[in-house]
Amino acid sequence: MIETLTLQPLPAQAEALRAPVRAFLDDALAGMPPELRARSWLGFDADFSRKLGEKGWIGLALPPDYGGGGRDYFARFVLVEELLARGAPVSAHWIAERQSAPLILRYGTEAQKRFHVPRICRGESFFAIGMSEPQVGSDLASVRTRATKTSSGWRLNGQKIWTTNGDECHYMIALVRTSGAPEDRQKGLSQLMFDLKTPGITIRPIQDLTGDRHFCEVFFEDVDLPEDALIGEEGSGWQQVTAELAYERSGPERIYSSIVLFDAWLAHLRAHGADEASAALAGRIVSHMAALRSMCVGVAARLAQGGSPMTEASLVKDLGTELEQLIPIVLADAIAGSPHPASPSLLRTLAYITQFAPTFSLRGGTREVLRGLIARGLGLR
Amino acid sequence: MNEFVEPFERLLADACTPHVVRAIEAGQPTTALWDAIEGSGFLDALIPEEHGGYGLPLSEVLGLLVAEGRHATPVPVGHTMLARAVISQAGGQVPRGPIAIAPSGETKDGRIACRRVPYALVADWIVAPLAGRWLVLPKSAATCTPCGIHGSLHADLEWPSDADAACASSMPVAWREAGAVIAAAHMAGGMERALEMSLQFANDRVQFGRSIGKFQAIQHQLAVMAENVAAARMAAEIGCDSAGPLPQPLRAAAAKARTSEAAALVAPMAHAIHGAIGVTAELDLQLFTRRLHEARADFGSERAWNAVIGRSLIAGGQATLDFMRAHLLPA
Repeated sequence: MIETLTLQPLPAQAEALRAPVRAFLDDALAGMPPELRARSWLGFDADFSRKLGEKGWIGLALPPDYGGGGRDYFARFVLVEELLARGAPVSAHWIAERQSAPLILRYGTEAQKRFHVPRICRGESFFAIGMSEPQVGSDLASVRTRATKTSSGWRLNGQKIWTTNGDECHYMIALVRTSGAPEDRQKGLSQLMFDLKTPGITIRPIQDLTGDRHFCEVFFEDVDLPEDALIGEEGSGWQQVTAELAYERSGPERIYSSIVLFDAWLAHLRAHGADEASAALAGRIVSHMAALRSMCVGVAARLAQGGSPMTEASLVKDLGTELEQLIPIVLADAIAGSPHPASPSLLRTLAYITQFAPTFSLRGGTREVLRGLIARGLGLR
Repeated sequence: MNEFVEPFERLLADACTPHVVRAIEAGQPTTALWDAIEGSGFLDALIPEEHGGYGLPLSEVLGLLVAEGRHATPVPVGHTMLARAVISQAGGQVPRGPIAIAPSGETKDGRIACRRVPYALVADWIVAPLAGRWLVLPKSAATCTPCGIHGSLHADLEWPSDADAACASSMPVAWREAGAVIAAAHMAGGMERALEMSLQFANDRVQFGRSIGKFQAIQHQLAVMAENVAAARMAAEIGCDSAGPLPQPLRAAAAKARTSEAAALVAPMAHAIHGAIGVTAELDLQLFTRRLHEARADFGSERAWNAVIGRSLIAGGQATLDFMRAHLLPA
């Protein structure tokens, strides 16, 4: 069964970070319309990331020895919550900070840690994830991209897809097969970390349905990589990736993807007046969000105590993405049914979130996979 | 908090068995169950220490209220606990016996009327919230019209307006919010039990040569149930996040709205998983699911409370995160 998550405040020291972050965002996001802020996770702005790095707010919870802030998980929670609730363009450093740096710190060699982590924390080095392939989605263990040993390291051949910001990133950490065949599944997989400028790599952006370009196809044709491209142990790629996805599933990231749209709609209601149905809808969204946010803190507290609340984190993520996806669907009806025309900016924000929302329950593991994990965690035999 | 919850859970496991719940629903006396609960001292948990109680805040008794729901308790434990604390604070004499809080009351044509009062059939005293004041009235002096729903303890009650009250006060008390938050905690507990029973059933029941829990369709329903049970529990915690015996109004609103919405989803899913056996009187599931539907409506369902929150959010002018931090999240 699942453990009960308890309601608790964030520590005062963590809360103290809120005011300076807000002041910074007031300045950095001034004049940015909601349709741009709504992109948040997908909003690529290298300057913004560099400024955030100068403040010491990238890698806030990473060790100071490697350029991190040395703060706890709760301080990072406050920072991330403020960034996402305001719709800051965090995409450039997002993956590097959230997934790559913890992975490097956990599995990397001292040289790899010293080289990469401080650059990530300064907002200078951006990372891409190489997991999915054209024939490999949820069934990640069947990767076909292959690295073979050479006298000087590795030779990489194959293809990755849906690589966020592939064309803007400096490095990639890819899950590849280093021995055996796709039928061997989890065995024989390793993670390689390499410069995306290496000869033999071709990157092609894929346009999405909103007109944006963020995810990419990445092709590897006889890409020669040095020996130390390997991160962690050869053959342990599966275990490492599983741990990486656990970082991905915890935190306040899974409840706020539609909050910029919701706040823009509230502004519309405040300008034109709200009927009872709109008030009830606004209240419904907030009562869901308050419970979810409290559950996120509960998961964070469990992590801070050294626990491993995998089922609880999956459960919060699934429920969180459901709310994120509900918001554009119900607001579209409320906005279209209102006698007061919505501003073009609100309509653009709505259209963006409506069109892009299906990805909220894809990234980091699909809803369908996640629900299977939860069911197992509940003790179904 | 666990220090109270465990003994209370044990007490209910012994004294409030499904057999006892069914007997009381069928009109048998509540004396043995009530005496066991009364004797435990839990009913004085919220009474301020200066009035001889334990002076616990509402947040500390959440676990007791959830346990009450986990056992489909057919006597008003939470209502009595909270009413005793408020009556003491108002300087009144706390009457012995079970007290039920009426969702609302009105005076009309020389009568005091309370509709759809939970526990009306088993309470000795009723808190009747009226315009600008509230009374604690004896059930024995009321005309009682049971709601006529099988197994329900709800009834409409009417008194002559000169009925003797055990306590009369004009101290402002948000009784509706108080009842709402207790119902929210009860639903959180009832949903936990419905989920536990559904998980057990999914593991035990074999069809097509394997336990039905092996089917993805069933697994996904159980995952969704678990998500909503966890959210409901957290919402109930938000509702009970108060340093005194009474909830803070917006927190109570969020708790009742969220748990009511979850109950409307969890109860049908529990039945879907159980199949036909689930709708029999014999299986205990019905003790919980009937109560979930009833408690969802008691003291206002999700639409009413969501509107309260929404109006406050829109009027306050704050961004969503700021509103949540100011009114719903722990300080």
